[in-house]
Amino acid sequence: MSRAAVLHRIRTALCRSEGQAILQPPPVRLRVPEVEREQRIANVCRAVEALAGKTHRAAATHGARDFVGAALAGCSAVASNAPFLAECGIGTLPGVRTGFTDEAALRAACTSADVGITSADYVLADTGTLVMLSSPEEARMISLLPPSHIAVVQASRILTGLDELFSVLPHPADVTSSMVMITGPSRTGDIEMTLVRGVHGPGEFTVVVVG
Amino acid sequence: MSVDFDRKIHGALANQKQQRAIQNATGKMKAGREAMVAPEILPDYQELRAQANALKKHTIDHLDHYLEEFERNVEAHGGKVIWAKDATEVADFVLSLARDRGAHLIVKSKSMTSEEVDLNERLEHDGLEAVETDLGEYIMQLAGERPFHIVGPALHKDRYDVADVFEKRLGVGRETVIEKQAAIARVRLREKFLAADIGISGANFLVADSGAVVIVENEGNARLTTTAPKIHIAIAGIEKVIPRAQDLAVFLKLLARSATGQALPVYTSFLSGPRRKTEIDGPEEFYVVVLDNGRTRLLPDRAKRQSLYCIRCGACLNTCPVYRRVGGHAFPWVYAGPIGAILTPQFLGTSHEPALPFASSLCGACADVCPVKIDIPRVLLELRSDVRKSEMREQRNRVEKLTFRAFAWIMTHPRVYAMAAPFGVAMMPARLRERFGLGDPPRRSFRDQWRGR
Repeated sequence: MSRAAVLHRIRTALCRSEGQAILQPPPVRLRVPEVEREQRIANVCRAVEALAGKTHRAAATHGARDFVGAALAGCSAVASNAPFLAECGIGTLPGVRTGFTDEAALRAACTSADVGITSADYVLADTGTLVMLSSPEEARMISLLPPSHIAVVQASRILTGLDELFSVLPHPADVTSSMVMITGPSRTGDIEMTLVRGVHGPGEFTVVVVG
Repeated sequence: MSVDFDRKIHGALANQKQQRAIQNATGKMKAGREAMVAPEILPDYQELRAQANALKKHTIDHLDHYLEEFERNVEAHGGKVIWAKDATEVADFVLSLARDRGAHLIVKSKSMTSEEVDLNERLEHDGLEAVETDLGEYIMQLAGERPFHIVGPALHKDRYDVADVFEKRLGVGRETVIEKQAAIARVRLREKFLAADIGISGANFLVADSGAVVIVENEGNARLTTTAPKIHIAIAGIEKVIPRAQDLAVFLKLLARSATGQALPVYTSFLSGPRRKTEIDGPEEFYVVVLDNGRTRLLPDRAKRQSLYCIRCGACLNTCPVYRRVGGHAFPWVYAGPIGAILTPQFLGTSHEPALPFASSLCGACADVCPVKIDIPRVLLELRSDVRKSEMREQRNRVEKLTFRAFAWIMTHPRVYAMAAPFGVAMMPARLRERFGLGDPPRRSFRDQWRGR
C-alpha cells in the first residue's frame, strides 16, 4: 500500500522525521457569550423563521403534544425513541408510529411517512440549528427521509451557538458515530440560483420549544 | 498559450447567455457573502480568518503527524484509512471493494476530489453504476460535463437547458418549472439512494482528534449518501485534516458564509466511523481514502505551501474578474478561478498549461475574500517565475543540444574532421588560447605528422 510512500513524500518535503514532536497548535478559540434563557428562545425562533421554518413555543409538554397533533392533521408520522417525546406523549398521537429498533422496519416506515418527529440533543440559538446525535434514541433517517420534520426540544437544551456546543461537547466522536447539525429545511439553488426547498431532505421544518 | 486554452476563452467570451448566467450567480453569492461577513453581523470576522490561517498553517507544517493521528482515531472507531498516491489507486480500491461486496450501484455526493481522479468514468468502465446526487452535479453528469463552479456546478445552465437534459436523458416530459425539475430529481434519486450498495462522499474536513469526516451541504444528498447504503467511502485530499473538533467552531463559521452567504449550511455531518453497536441506522463499513495526487509536490516550497489551506468555498471565483467573464469550463482542469490557477500548475506541473498563471490581472480581490487568507497573487507570481525559468532552461538546452550534436557528428566522421580541424584551430582566437595556456598551435598537426612518417 501507499501509506509509507505518501508519508515519506510528506516528511521529505517538510524536512520532518518519523515520530518527530510537533509545535503546540494555536490555542482553541471558543467565545461563549452570556445570553439569558428567554433571549435564547427568541433567537432560535427568529433564526428558524428566517429560513422559512415554523416555530412554536409550548409552556409544558401537553402543549407540545396538542401542537404536534394539530400539525399532523391526520398525516402519518414516525417518531424517534427520544425519552422527551415519550414524556410529551407524542407516540400516542393518532397516526404516529414509534419504538423502532430494527433498521429495515424503520426505513420502510420512514419512506412512507409524511412527517418525521424527533427531539434534539442541543439547539444553537444564533443560527436556529438542531444538533442531533445518532443513538438508540435518535435514528438518523427520521429527520431525513420524510418530507416534513418536526423537532420537539426542551428549552434547557438551547445553547448560544457553535462555540458553546464545542465547549460542552469537545469530543462528539466519544458519544456517537454521527453528529448532524440541521439549520432549516433542505434547499438548493442549483438551477438559476432559484431557491427550492425539500430537494432531498425535508422541505418543511418545524421546531417546538418546550419550557 | 495552448490553442485549446485560447479557443475556450474566446468561446466563453462570445457566449452571451453564459456570461449573463455567470454574472447573475456569482453576483448573488458575492453579495450574500459580503452581507454575512459585514462587521455588524460578524464582528470577529478578521480574527476568525487569522485563526483559520494559523490553524491551516500549523496543520500543513505537521501534516504527517495529523494524518497519523487521524488514522489512529478512525481505526479506534472501527473505520479504515486508505492511502492513495494517485487516481489509479483510488479507483482500484473502490473497484476491489465493490467486487468483494458484490456491489453494483454507487451513489455519490459532491466531491471535487473525485472529479480530480475521474472516478465515475473508471467505475462505469468496470460496469458499475455511479450516480451523482447533488442536483447540480446530477445535471452535469446527465449532460456529460464537468462542474462549472466549485459550489454551483451547473450555474451556467438555465431551466430550459435542464429541461432538455432531463427530457433526453431521463425520458420525462418537457418540464421547465424549476420546482418540478427538482421534484423529478428527488424522486429519481430517492430510488437510487434506497437501492445503493455504496455511498461515496467527499469531505470538507478530516478531524484528527476524532477520526471524523465533516461534510457540509444544503440538499440532504450527502446525508442520504452516508446513511442509506451499507458502506460509506469518503474521499479527501491529504490537506483536509484539522487538529481538533473544537477548531470547527472557527471553520464552520467561515465556510458557508464565504460560499453562499449562509450562517451555517443546512446540514453539517460529523461522522466518525461506522454505526455503533446500539445505533439503529447508518453505514456498517466506513472508509476514508486520503489522496495525494500531486499535493506533496507543493509542500517543499514555503511560499507556495499555503495553496493547500483552501477550504473550497468558491469565494475567489465569485469575486474574480477573470472567472466572472470566462467561467469554469475555460480553465484547463477541474479547479477553476484563482484557486484553480494556482492549484492546477502545482498539481499537474506548469507545462500542463503554461499560460494559466498569466491569466490574471493580479488585482488581489481573491486574497481579500479568502477565508483562510491564501495570498493567491503572490503564489501566481511565483508560478509565473517558474514558467519563465523553465522556458529559459528549455531554450538554453536547445542551443546546447545542437552544439553537441554537431560536435558528435564531426567526431564520428574522420574526413569531415580532417577538413574541419585546421579551421577549428584557426578560429580559436589568440586571447582564448592564452587564457587556457595552450600556446600557439604547431604548424603541422599530429595527424599530418603521422601520415608523413
